[in-house]
Formats: sequence, C-alpha cells, structure tokens
Amino acid sequence: MNKIKSLSDLRKIKQDVENRLDLREKSDNPERHVQIKVAMATCGIASGAREVMNAFIEKIAQDKLDAIVTQTGCMGYCHAEPTVEIRKPGEEPIVYGHVDVEKAVAIVDKYIKQGELLEGIIPVNYQTV
Amino acid sequence: MSRYKMHLLVCGGTGCRSSESDLIVENLKKVLQEKGLDGDAQVVQTGCFGFCEQGPIVKVLPDNTFYTSVKPSDAEGIIAEHVLKGRKVERLLYKDPKQQTVVSDSKHMEFYQKQIRIALRNCGFIDPENIDEYIARDGYAALAKVLEEMTPEAAIDLLKKSGLRGRGGGGFPTGLKWELAHKNKAGQKYVVCNADEGDPGAFMDRSILEGDPHSVIEAMAICGYCIGATKGMVYIRAEYPLAIQRLKIALNQARDYGLLGNSILGSKHSFDIELRYGAGAFVCGEETALIHSMEGQRGEPTVKPPFPAESGYLGKPTNVNNVETFANIPAIYLRGAEWFLSIGTAKSKGTKVFALAGKINNVGLIEVPMGITLREVIYEIGGGIKDGKKFKAVQTGGPSGGCLTEKDLDTPIDFDNLLAVGSMMGSGGMIVMDENDCMVSVAKFYLDFTVEESCGKCAPCRVGNKRLYELLNKITNGKGTEEDLEQLRNMSVVIKDTALCGLGQTSPNPVLSTMENFADEYAAHIHDQHCPSGQCKALRQYFILSEKCVGCTACSKVCPSEAISGEKRQAHLIDQIKCIRCGACMEKCKFSAIIIPSTKI
Repeated sequence: MNKIKSLSDLRKIKQDVENRLDLREKSDNPERHVQIKVAMATCGIASGAREVMNAFIEKIAQDKLDAIVTQTGCMGYCHAEPTVEIRKPGEEPIVYGHVDVEKAVAIVDKYIKQGELLEGIIPVNYQTV
Repeated sequence: MSRYKMHLLVCGGTGCRSSESDLIVENLKKVLQEKGLDGDAQVVQTGCFGFCEQGPIVKVLPDNTFYTSVKPSDAEGIIAEHVLKGRKVERLLYKDPKQQTVVSDSKHMEFYQKQIRIALRNCGFIDPENIDEYIARDGYAALAKVLEEMTPEAAIDLLKKSGLRGRGGGGFPTGLKWELAHKNKAGQKYVVCNADEGDPGAFMDRSILEGDPHSVIEAMAICGYCIGATKGMVYIRAEYPLAIQRLKIALNQARDYGLLGNSILGSKHSFDIELRYGAGAFVCGEETALIHSMEGQRGEPTVKPPFPAESGYLGKPTNVNNVETFANIPAIYLRGAEWFLSIGTAKSKGTKVFALAGKINNVGLIEVPMGITLREVIYEIGGGIKDGKKFKAVQTGGPSGGCLTEKDLDTPIDFDNLLAVGSMMGSGGMIVMDENDCMVSVAKFYLDFTVEESCGKCAPCRVGNKRLYELLNKITNGKGTEEDLEQLRNMSVVIKDTALCGLGQTSPNPVLSTMENFADEYAAHIHDQHCPSGQCKALRQYFILSEKCVGCTACSKVCPSEAISGEKRQAHLIDQIKCIRCGACMEKCKFSAIIIPSTKI
C-alpha cells in the first residue's frame, strides 16, 4: 500500500473513494438534492423501468449531477409505465409517463438541468407526507 | 465500474451482533448473489445506529428505510420485496410507540429528530473496518491540517477556544489539559485514551470505538503533536473484544497508510499507539489509577497533585482523555472553534452522548446538543416510559450521580446545571426509573456496586461505603430506625469530604439524592415497614381482592407455605404470617384478584 505523504495525497484517496459514499451522503439530506423516483412495481419493471433507472444512474454519474435515484412501488399510473417522479428541492414533484432510456436522458438534460418541461407529464393526483 | 443503486447498512455493534446481525449480513450477501443483484446493492456492516431497543437494525439507502428487529431469515424478504420491487417490508418497519403508526424512514423518527451527531458522526454510516470510508468522510484531514498549517501552540489555542470539556465525567477543559502537558518539558511524554468505561448500563465509548475507531486514533495523533508526545496508549477493558478487534484493524490500516509511525504525512512528527488491556475495575477509570494499572502496579489512585500532566506514566508528563472527548476533536479542527461554540450552552459547548437505559421505550445510544432538557430526551427521543407507566426518576452520572425527579425535568442538560440540581453529567449513563422502582433499593444497588469496586486504599471508601450499604440493607428489610437515617446522612457527608479519589468522593451521591427527593419512601420503610413500590421483598404484602376473587383455588394449590385459605367459589384470604412472599399466587391468578397494595394494610 502506498504511504500517504501529504494533504494532497489524502485528498486524492478521498476523491477515489468518495463516490462509494456518495449515495450515503446524499441520502442523509435527500431534500437538498433532486430526487428521481422510478416506479419499480411489476407493471413498471415489465415495461422497462429497470433499464430506465440504470440510465438515470449512469447519466447522473456521467454529468456529476446533484441528484439521487430511488426506486418506489407502484404509483398507480400503470397505463403509463414506466413512470418517473422528479422532485427538485423546494418544488412540487412532476411525474413523467412512458419514460424510456432516450427520454430519461432528455429529462436530465432538459428538465433537471434547464427547467424546461417536456411532453408526457401526468397530472399528480396524490400528496406525500 | 458498477454503481450501487442501494446500500444496505447493517448494524455491527455488540448489541445487534448478539442478535445475529453477522448472519444477516451473510444472508443478505448470499441472496443478492443468488438473484444476480450483487452489482445493484451493497451490504455494509457499520457501527451502532443507537436504536438498540429494537435491534438488529438494517437501514436501506437512499430512501432511509429503517428496519427493526430483523432476523437472518428476513434477508430473503428484504431483497425480494425492497431491492427488487421497491416495496418496503411493512412488518419490519419501526412503529411509533405513541401513535402506533408505522414510520417509513429514519428521517421521520422522533428518536433522531433532536439529535446532533458529532462524536457519533460516522457511527452507523461507515464501515469501521475500512479506512478508505473514513477518509472519504474527511478522515485524517484534521491531522493533515494541523501538521501542515499549525504550530502546536496554535493548535492548542484553537482547542481552548472551542470550549471542549472532558466527556469522561469531570468536565475539565481539554485545551487547558493539553497546554499543561505541552508546557512540561521532558524527553518522553505520553498520550493516553481512557476507554475504561465502567458505569453500569453505559456503552458510549464502546460504541464509538466499535463504530468509528479512526476518529480516536486521529485525535490521539493530533494530541501527540500538540503536547510533544510520540507514544500513545489506549487503555481498554478486555471485556470489549469487538472494540479491541476493530481498534487493532484500524491501527494496522493507519500504519499501512503511514498515518501512524515515523514522519507522519511528510512532517517531523512521529507517533504510534499501542493497546493496554484493563481487567474491568471501575476505579481504573480514574486517571491516576489507570496509569498505575498500565505500569503493571495495582489499580489504585494516588493523591493529585502531582497531576498526570506533570508526572504520569513512568513519571513522565501524560495527557489522559476519554474516548468521546477524542472523537470530538477531528471535527473541531476541521470545522473550527466557532462552529463548536455555536452548539450548546454558555459554559458547556457541543454535544454529549448518552446511553439511555431503564424503563424507557427507546433504549439506545443518543447524541444531543448541550442544553436540551431531560424531558425532551426522555419523552421525545426516548419515546416515553415503557408500558404507559408513570415517570419517577432518572439517574445521570451512574454510581457517582444522583436521581433527578419530575421537578428537574426541564433543566437544560449541561455540566453545571446537573451539578446544581444534585447530580452530575458523568460519562453519560442515563437510567430511567418508573413508579415500580423502589428508590431505597436503587440507592442500595449503586452502593453494592461501589462496595464491590472500591479499591480499598482509603478507609472512608473501603469502610464507609460498606457501612452505608449495611444501613440501606437494614432499611429495605424493614428494620431501619430514624437514627439510621441520620447516620446515613452524616456518614455520606464525611465520605464525600475525606475519600481519596473521585470514586469515594461521589459514591454517597445516590444515597443523598434519593434521601432528598424521596424522603417519604425512606419514612415508609422505617415507620410503616412498608415499601410503596412493592420491590423490597421482605416488606412486600400480597392481598386478595374479595370482589374479584371467584374462589377457583388455583392460588391456594400453588402456595408452597399453605398460607392461603378459603372455600371453593368463595373469596380466599392470605395469612400474612405464613406468607413467604414468593409471588407464586399472583402469577397463577387469572382474575387479577391478587395485588401488592401501594399503602400498608
């Protein structure tokens, strides 16, 4: 094992291992980050929610975005699976239906980064506490 | 590189491990592999989450789902439902004891809402056996900062400014202690970590060492630089095997990275740490006794001065700090004195870790800001008294502290306030008692402990505590007199004034505080030969309520001394002279007709 010789050596190790704890750090204060919830019930998984979730995770890691991807149960919009709920800090959540890998990338690029709304929004008819 | 979507954190503290949390980790990993999900979710064994009441705990991130009382066989369900389908396993979720509602994640648990975690910042968050995870949390950055940017004097100054006081019980300013050791010039000096945690029911230090050993190692290295010591020692009780094991792993990892050893981080500072095992004597938590024990002598205290900062281990200047004190230090250097000053009360800064125990719903380990009230700790974080019973008293400071009652519940907790109301901070044990506890017996319990743990060097402690115990025993047997009370009080004062060390000087506190706050209970034992809470066996009375008794004869059949008489289908009666107070009848009665009356009959 290489010895740590200075503060910058230490920082380098920190950077190398940081992404391992990234998820834990973010979940400590979820409300401070963009939360992306992918509905992963049977209906969602059958329509490809797993691939969509992976796409979000990859994209966020790639673009180094301050966001956290969670899976949730059925949101009740089985007609529009895969569905994804996006909640920006301090804003009301928005649910997108029929999300595929391509659309996932578009949601990140357009909605999350630039605040531009996309087609396919499902009006939210529930409240979470 | 695979990115985990989920982290499954499993508590690996001693409490949860004794409920097979090791097997939970194993099963979770096995099931993940079977289902081909080992790239999706990572299983981490962490330190204590603090919620020991309902361990073993499994916390699922990123949604902070908090599963309680998990069994190894639940691994399959957690993965099949939660990891695979995103559905929480409802039956394992925490249930709020007051509302009886299911709480879906730790962010909504009252237990965590008022806590601020500094000393426990990494407990239940990182894998304590992995130094990289500690470094990812800015571990060893404080050491690097001090070594590269600060002189020892400046570093000590910062600590003095932060107002940190020793967490072992005394509350002595830590910066001042370091300065004293720094000023004493000698060839060799020593840094000692006091991990001889001995209060009954306390497990703060053990949990820190089990959950975040590197924080203590880092702080000791900083201390070594500040006072000019190259050698450190952790004095830890041999009965903490898991803490010892994790410390050893951590020490080896730190040495491998060059964070211990010669010229640390490219500086001129060299420092290494060795472990010393204690045999578990309470008095060895006293710093002079601890040092003697480390030298291979009897664990007996000596008179201060000289203080260890002048003449300690092998006659050299030695700085002794408690585990929790050390655990606070890296955070203070990273975030600055002002940050630390912003938490707490005027004279007690920062937080304090408490081990909540006794008749409380949420038994566990908590870290709260100084200045929080006992009421908040007991009723909000602690979730109130078990089984809806009435609160009676809370003992802080272990055998050295006192019992506080309802009237003291709104006192903001800090070193000085607790002393002012007749107790003390101590190392952080907090034992809650309900209406069924007899306060004379509680005092007797603590005296039994101090008699057992007295080293025997000075007469007031060796003889005096034994006499106190005998008097309390006499009272709980219904043979006490008014003179005994007087003698208890006088002797307590004399022991406090004349004992050699902290153990003897504080051992009468439980007696004095219970006499002060529960005078009527002492009086009932003495004048009525009655124990109001029914705990003292010699004074207990069983009584059959004639209106509830159906005459089933179950009690008279089970009574070993034939003390119960009565015809079938008619109310029975207990002969108090024949009764040996075994309680068998009360256990047998299906109609709740047998009671222990709270007033003398």
